[in-house]
Amino acid sequence: MIHPSHFTAVLLFALFASTVFGITMRDTPVKMFRYGAYCFALFIGSAIVLSWVMFLIMR
Amino acid sequence: MSTTPNKPVAGKKPDKGFVYLPLIAGWLVPGAGHFLLGKWVRGTLLAVSIVAMFVLGLVMQGKLYTSVSEILDLLGVAGDLGSGLLYVISRGLGLGAQPIQTTVADYGTKFIVVAGLLNIIAAVDAHNLRTGRKSL
Repeated sequence: MIHPSHFTAVLLFALFASTVFGITMRDTPVKMFRYGAYCFALFIGSAIVLSWVMFLIMR
Repeated sequence: MSTTPNKPVAGKKPDKGFVYLPLIAGWLVPGAGHFLLGKWVRGTLLAVSIVAMFVLGLVMQGKLYTSVSEILDLLGVAGDLGSGLLYVISRGLGLGAQPIQTTVADYGTKFIVVAGLLNIIAAVDAHNLRTGRKSL
């Protein structure tokens, strides 16, 4: 059994989901890679922003 | 960053044969639909991503939904069933049967459900490739 940190779980989730999104939503390999990277950045960026928002709300 | 959606291939005739085979194969075995169409790299990446997500969910002590007594559990079962044979085999081996006791285990449960949903997306993509709605 593994117990990754919350951020590691976010990274893994974003990596796998972005891979599938990139392959299935675009036609060519270059567009697939770009869209996958775009989704990955949005996943991680939104998680970081929401984490800070929740932290500031909690204080 | 371009986010232009896919466009249907105009004028392309659908191939003969059983067009739902990649859809069904892709649902049962992650990536198999793309393998049938000769898309080895795409199929491998999809299979690795979906299987890794499912297995990570299990080793994080995530739960496999089995009960359909409540509506939310029914949605969980529907998501889990998207993994096809992975779900059936895991149920057969008795994996994911323990109750959720930690936050990480809850994350694992979500990993398992999302792996199933991503597998459905991948299987539909294989079907679109087969029918010509998406260019090969």
